[in-house]
Amino acid sequence: MAHVDWIALIIFVLLFGFITWLGFAAARWRRGDLNLLHEWGLGGRRFGTIVTWFLVGGDLYTAYSFIAVPALAFGAGATAFFAIPFTIVSYPFLFLFFPRLWNVCRKRGYITAADFVRGRFGNRWLALAVTITGIVATMPYIALQLVGIQVVVGALGISGSGLAADLPLIVAFIVLAAFTYSSGLRAPASIAIVKDVLIFFTAIYAIVLLPIKLGGFAKIFAQVPVQKILLAAPSAHSTGAYGAYATLALGSSFAVFLYPHAFTAIISASSGKAIRRNAVMLQGYSITLGVLALFGFFAIAAHLDQLPEFARGFRQFGNNFAVPALLLHSFPSWFVGIAFAAIGIGALVPAAIMSIAAASLYTRNIHREFINRKPTDLQEAQMAKWVSLVVKLGALAFILFVPTQYAIQLQLLGGIWIVQTVPAILLGACTAWFNSWALLAGWAVGTLVGTTMAVAAHLTPAYPLVLGGYTFPGYTAFYTLLLNLAVTIVLTLIFNAISARGASPDETLASDYQA
Amino acid sequence: MSRARNRRRGWSWWYLLFVLEFPAVLWPPFFNRIEPTWIGLPFFYWYQLLWVVLGVMIGAIVYFATQD
Repeated sequence: MAHVDWIALIIFVLLFGFITWLGFAAARWRRGDLNLLHEWGLGGRRFGTIVTWFLVGGDLYTAYSFIAVPALAFGAGATAFFAIPFTIVSYPFLFLFFPRLWNVCRKRGYITAADFVRGRFGNRWLALAVTITGIVATMPYIALQLVGIQVVVGALGISGSGLAADLPLIVAFIVLAAFTYSSGLRAPASIAIVKDVLIFFTAIYAIVLLPIKLGGFAKIFAQVPVQKILLAAPSAHSTGAYGAYATLALGSSFAVFLYPHAFTAIISASSGKAIRRNAVMLQGYSITLGVLALFGFFAIAAHLDQLPEFARGFRQFGNNFAVPALLLHSFPSWFVGIAFAAIGIGALVPAAIMSIAAASLYTRNIHREFINRKPTDLQEAQMAKWVSLVVKLGALAFILFVPTQYAIQLQLLGGIWIVQTVPAILLGACTAWFNSWALLAGWAVGTLVGTTMAVAAHLTPAYPLVLGGYTFPGYTAFYTLLLNLAVTIVLTLIFNAISARGASPDETLASDYQA
Repeated sequence: MSRARNRRRGWSWWYLLFVLEFPAVLWPPFFNRIEPTWIGLPFFYWYQLLWVVLGVMIGAIVYFATQD
């Protein structure tokens, strides 16, 4: 066993104990009948502006992003900062589209995005495509949250062989599964508040003290190779790193709120107004993310990968070890305990919401649609609770038995898949003009071509598109969304031309979208 | 009257303010440079972080201008 930092470990365990208690106690918060799916899975749509801020913030700015974005800065440099423009340009979409979606979901009793698509376009197969995309894109994401826990537990000095090595992760999983089962969305909503207090404390404390310890930003960046500080300037016949940076940010922004966990957390707000307020206030988190991205450069400046005490960690976790190593290197044990707990708890919040969202999707849009058309409310809620367990078990098995690299690659593919639901969900919030089979065809083409391009690009995000002698390296999700839209529009025009339009399949009314 | 109609259609000209953010942060030639630095931070980093703050301000303006 490696050197164990007992003070850090005790603080870590105490904080974990506290949120475990909180997760169970949350069942009684804004009490509702947890045997109803919208109470268990949406917290009864009773979360006001502030709780929604914590919930969606904890959901989107995950432990994994707090580990992986600095890790990318540490390894690849400036390109990691794409996360900042990505979050900036994603909030207008939240502001403009989601109050409408919230209104229609509440008035029609929709719980998932696929419920909405089913009602709007009247096509169960399109809804099934949205459902499967959502579930498949979410699974590797849950697995990556567990990686966040794995890294901090490893950094605390807990190690062993065989089952003992994975024991902390299994314990964390059981805790997570149990309180999600019993409290539903109320559990991550309450834990998100604790997580944020810890994360903000960590980020502010570290961003003030670290530059002082390392001699100021000027000195830090003087130690970073120039090619890591800036994006590489494009060559004559290519948009180079510039195009990749911009399309990565823009392509991610279309789809981020369509992930089932994001959709669920947003729809659980108590009003469209709470969503609009959050589209403004949530941006505050981006500052935290930017600060943490800078930690990657601090880690370069401190030459952490050359220190013998961290060799093991870097060997085991790669660049993901950069932030834990930086904190261990720079701060006393009590602070390390708090910071690591913030990251670990930061993993439980999104993992809980993701499993709830995936469970709601299965229950509503697969089981109810194709297997048991008339479940009682109790059966429906019970089914969702069980599925949330299965989903988490799957994610745990994935992390224990499959190399982490596969989870990262699947998560990348998930981003390309989820963007293909933009026409049906996001544009569907504004218009029912699209033909549902055209939408399904666009989804299929986008998914297939996107997957092929990603594989051709060796499972990296940017595909080097060549047009007329120019190379446009860009985010595959962005290119394939354009293709998807083109197919959808052209086929809608064709289908509308060859068939006289019967009654509209749209069960929603224009007034459903207004407050 | 025209305000009421606009609200029913769900459109406001204020929304166009959001458009400013897109070229500002998605066009790297604007900001892919080291100088001028601010407290030692290269321009690339503090410029984009500054746009987070500007994004909040734009969002707040649109929110207050379009609320009922």
